[in-house]
Amino acid sequence: MSEEIYYWQALNRVMDTEMAADDSIITLGEDVGLYGGTYRVTEGLMAKYGEWRVRDTPISENSFTGLGVGAAMLGLRPVVEIMTINFALFAIDAIINMAAKIPFMSGAQFPMPLTIRMPGGVARQLGAQHSQRLEHTLMNVPGLRMVVPATPQDAYWQLRQAIHSDDPIVFLEHELLYFSKGMVDETAVVPPIHQAMVRRPGRDMTCIAYSRMVLVALEAAEQLATEGIEMTVIDLRSLSPIDWETCVQSVQQTHHCLIVEEDCRFAGAGAELAATLQERCFYFLDRPIQRVAGLDIPTPFNGKLEAASIPRTEDILAAARRLISSAGDQS
Amino acid sequence: MDKLQMSQMLRDMLRARAFEEAAAQGYAQGKIAGFLHLYPGEEAVAVGVLHAAEPGDYVVSTYREHVHALVRGVPAPEIMAELHGKKTGISKGMGGSMHLFDASRRFLGGYAIVGETYPIALGAAYAVAYRRLPEAVICFFGDGAVNQGTFHESLNMAALWKLPILFVCENNHYQIGTEIHRHSAITEVYKRACGYGIPAEKVDGMDVLSVHAAARKALERVRSGDGPQFLELETYRYRGHSMADPGSYRPSVELDAYRANDPIAAAIHEAESGYPSPEAIAAAGPDCITLFSAHCCRENHLDETGIARMRQEIQTEIDAAVRFAEASEEPDMETAWSILHANRRYETLMESPE
Repeated sequence: MSEEIYYWQALNRVMDTEMAADDSIITLGEDVGLYGGTYRVTEGLMAKYGEWRVRDTPISENSFTGLGVGAAMLGLRPVVEIMTINFALFAIDAIINMAAKIPFMSGAQFPMPLTIRMPGGVARQLGAQHSQRLEHTLMNVPGLRMVVPATPQDAYWQLRQAIHSDDPIVFLEHELLYFSKGMVDETAVVPPIHQAMVRRPGRDMTCIAYSRMVLVALEAAEQLATEGIEMTVIDLRSLSPIDWETCVQSVQQTHHCLIVEEDCRFAGAGAELAATLQERCFYFLDRPIQRVAGLDIPTPFNGKLEAASIPRTEDILAAARRLISSAGDQS
Repeated sequence: MDKLQMSQMLRDMLRARAFEEAAAQGYAQGKIAGFLHLYPGEEAVAVGVLHAAEPGDYVVSTYREHVHALVRGVPAPEIMAELHGKKTGISKGMGGSMHLFDASRRFLGGYAIVGETYPIALGAAYAVAYRRLPEAVICFFGDGAVNQGTFHESLNMAALWKLPILFVCENNHYQIGTEIHRHSAITEVYKRACGYGIPAEKVDGMDVLSVHAAARKALERVRSGDGPQFLELETYRYRGHSMADPGSYRPSVELDAYRANDPIAAAIHEAESGYPSPEAIAAAGPDCITLFSAHCCRENHLDETGIARMRQEIQTEIDAAVRFAEASEEPDMETAWSILHANRRYETLMESPE
């Protein structure tokens, strides 16, 4: 049975049902308790499960994320909320040096059933310190897994899967997605957590995107269809690991590949995608792989400049047209 | 304290030093690589604290943790094999000297980033408190680690939620080469715990009986729900920070002052990677280990013959550990991958397309 709900509601629903089913699940972070979470994800949980399971923490990202690591070693399944990814820079040691490495360095003696939730991305004029994307750093860490749900349905499925996993998983949300709506079917067959999905099929080119950029890519695909260009849109859903087979299969069919990412272009997810796909699809490609990405600039506060610093529908349209036209030969 | 417990403590102090001597030797021979941080001089701390712990307690340690693991009960061969990077090591050759872990003995690991032991202890203690178990978490750290942000963050949370943690500062006065007066505005570390309302005490870390008594009292309070407790144990490491460090930054007058009370230290030349001969040790007078040996003899718990036999048994144990480590196989890359993916168990990450 499906129902149209907000992205934050999908997350909230998972937290509630999972916490009801398993008392080893706890959640902690700044304002997750009494306040109900900055984006309402933990709303109502403290009243229901008490303060030991829904813990408001001091502003100490490194130590409360590390607390999650230590608790996970003893068998709890903590869901740590970091208010925004920008604050996760304080917790990088707990995430990279501790969560990602303890299971390995201990010779697999300890599980790490830790989920670290946080929103990233450019929102609306929050300034350079509150508009970052950090996936380029976190996807480069062996031992860490990272999912990037774009829809309420995926938020629902993937959070549940992340909580059930014994690996540490970074659950990357997006500030502009919390209040997006979508159908959520709680009884549908669940795809594997790191599986990419074809959101829209198209014979002419393959567009690979993740998180909010999937929605922007779909808008562009709609427009391109009216011009007679059929663009496949693949929603990666996961940045570590990446479902290469789905990407390779599509690129081998369309012979054109466009990568869209909100993160800065330099040394990011798009660079990894382009490098690996050219290794695996070189003889299938009619044109060089193209990237549409965030500019390599701290996000400007000014609204117009901010909007221009990350991919917009028109940027994707222009890149797609270039890629498909003969002009692409010169790129 | 009864005879058995005293002799067990002395045995562990002797094992600790013999183990580290063997490790230094292995390093000098090129059989052990990487960073190697040795414990001689500080034995009374690990032995005093861990002999006051229960088997159900958890231990979180630093990168100078061979002795913590050993005293906690991790078999010497498995620690030695880990130092050699072997498959039979306690961390299967994936951790090394600074990352000994033993889940079955609740040894939550050695951490090589200064200041990481607090949040790990915080999380373990949170789990214990949430489950309302009568267990304590022992968190080791050095004087250099108290200026890390996690110290203040974690002490605050531990006190705020009354978590069952015994914070143990091994104050050896040096953060690598920087003496405490040059790295801390407040050099009496225990006073910092007052800022978080955590009961704290400073104890002579060279006297194993004082350490043991203080740790036992503190652990009783931790287990009775009084919240975290804090011990500052003043000690001294005779060697440099690691085997790569000759320790030349320490004034010789300071080293001599400590050496005056320690035969082993007296015989150590910092620039040498080898250890003193038994003759040199015997010639040098009383130290924390021989002081405690003398105490045991005075109390008629042991005699010279008994101690000599003990040393002999320990040497046999450590020699066997070295032989085991040297003879063990190296892990292969396949093992490394399977360890990395061990926690995935039956999870399906993605499906291959048709």
